[in-house]
Amino acid sequence: MADLLELEGVHTDIGQHHILQGVSLRVRPDAVTVLLGRNGAGKTTTMRTIMGVLRPRRGAVRFDGRPIHELPPHAIARLGIGYVPEGQGIFATLTVEENLRVAMLAETADSRERMRDVLALFPDLERYRQARAGTLSGGQKQMLAIGRALVNPARLLLIDEPSKGLAPIVVEHLIGALQAMKRHATVVLVEQNFSMASRLGDECYVMDDGRTVHAGPMAALAADQTLKRKYLGI
Amino acid sequence: MRRAVGPLLGLALLLLPLTAIEPRAWLTLTVAGLAMGMLIFLVAAGLTLIFGLMDVLNFAHGALFAWGAYAGFTVILLVNGRWGWAASPSVLANAGLLLLAVAGAAVVAFVLGIALERVIVRPVYGQHLFQILITLGATIVLEELIRIVWGPNDQVMPVPTAFQGSWDVADVVVLRFPVLAIGLGVLVYAGMRWLLGRTRVGLIVRAGVENSEMVQVMGHDIHRYFTGVFAAGSALAGLGGLMWGMFNQSIRPSMGGEQLIFAFIVVIIGGLGSVTGSLVGALLVGLSYNYVAYLVPKAAIGVTMAIMVLVLLVRPTGLFGSGK
Repeated sequence: MADLLELEGVHTDIGQHHILQGVSLRVRPDAVTVLLGRNGAGKTTTMRTIMGVLRPRRGAVRFDGRPIHELPPHAIARLGIGYVPEGQGIFATLTVEENLRVAMLAETADSRERMRDVLALFPDLERYRQARAGTLSGGQKQMLAIGRALVNPARLLLIDEPSKGLAPIVVEHLIGALQAMKRHATVVLVEQNFSMASRLGDECYVMDDGRTVHAGPMAALAADQTLKRKYLGI
Repeated sequence: MRRAVGPLLGLALLLLPLTAIEPRAWLTLTVAGLAMGMLIFLVAAGLTLIFGLMDVLNFAHGALFAWGAYAGFTVILLVNGRWGWAASPSVLANAGLLLLAVAGAAVVAFVLGIALERVIVRPVYGQHLFQILITLGATIVLEELIRIVWGPNDQVMPVPTAFQGSWDVADVVVLRFPVLAIGLGVLVYAGMRWLLGRTRVGLIVRAGVENSEMVQVMGHDIHRYFTGVFAAGSALAGLGGLMWGMFNQSIRPSMGGEQLIFAFIVVIIGGLGSVTGSLVGALLVGLSYNYVAYLVPKAAIGVTMAIMVLVLLVRPTGLFGSGK
């Protein structure tokens, strides 16, 4: 089966800093591909480059075989790529429901049906539907951020560190939700929590200093203590 | 109970001048103050969209105000020259002329707003110093263009007959044009509240103001929305210019600069980005200016500044500001 997403020799700068130094990776459909690596390895920059928020200096990003690295972020999103950024990116002054509505590409019967599904998946969001999103707890904000990515029929979901700063019980709930999501879309997941990554991931890439230094099945990495110690320090 | 404090305080402030002014004069001054407030609101409403919501320091807002006045003036001259609607005894003809002038003022300012946003403002989003410099430059160009097209002298703005003169209500003189200005201000306020609070466009704009990058990655072209907001704000400036010109029955190329200061003060008093704040701020300025001008004429201008200072001391984010 052809790859859904492909990055080929991608170089991205942020200001004067050369962050991505030739990232190459392939994401096959219907799988969860995990990006691992230490802080500052370039994982978030990779996600932002895929979404078009950062434009690569060199290299190519292809979605379904089509180059997308010169498209603006809104055009990339409209191809069917959903993004849950690190730090959630929720709109604090809008209500929970408004956050979900603004994420819809168009308010159709289908998207409203999907919003009902999201509210059923995350009962806390239903409870605080009319509350300002800024008043939610960290876990609820993360659920809202993920819920927003589910109100459109996304083919690919990019999820950046969903478990960051969350209590273990909330992380468990999140894993359940993400397992439900992987049935509907291909997922690229950036995750520092190795236990969570290994439970969800099918494939993995390890990044270091802006490059991909290891690629393979997640299960193989989980079983290889030497590799884990070398690249992840665990 | 806390929700009632604001309106009660407002009512108390409104009635306070009655201790020094006799009731009939107070009523006339109140109508004049409300009208002046609404005229200021029309300008401030556009500015609260551009400055308050989008954080763009647009000093060309005053020039758009003047362009709206001149565009409306031209429509009135053309239509009146052909059909004589301004002096017509028909209220319908008078109202039709006013509507055409309003449309002309709003459309010209809207188109100029699009051009300004695309050409000079978009490259300097988030850079206040450059915004000030470049929009001041645009102001000079736009004002000089007015002088080239319409001449440097003041022009007499014709006002349709139906909106001239006054009504006598229980021995109180109520000028007609201020009542029209109050009505228009209420319509604009209701329209803005509906657009920002009840429509999908308003929702996306509010989200974009908070985090434009996130709105982009959700598939919305926020630049197009911001161009629309800027143009809508400009159209309101144009509308304000026309109404102010009709209120004073005179227009001149530099008329926008004088109103811009009032508009900035009102937006700051009301709180950045708050339409209700702008309305309350504008009414506060309009009413206090009229009461003080009646009691202590020389202190009228100073009272506006005093209100701003007082509000900022008590509530630094403005009356309805959210802390931006």
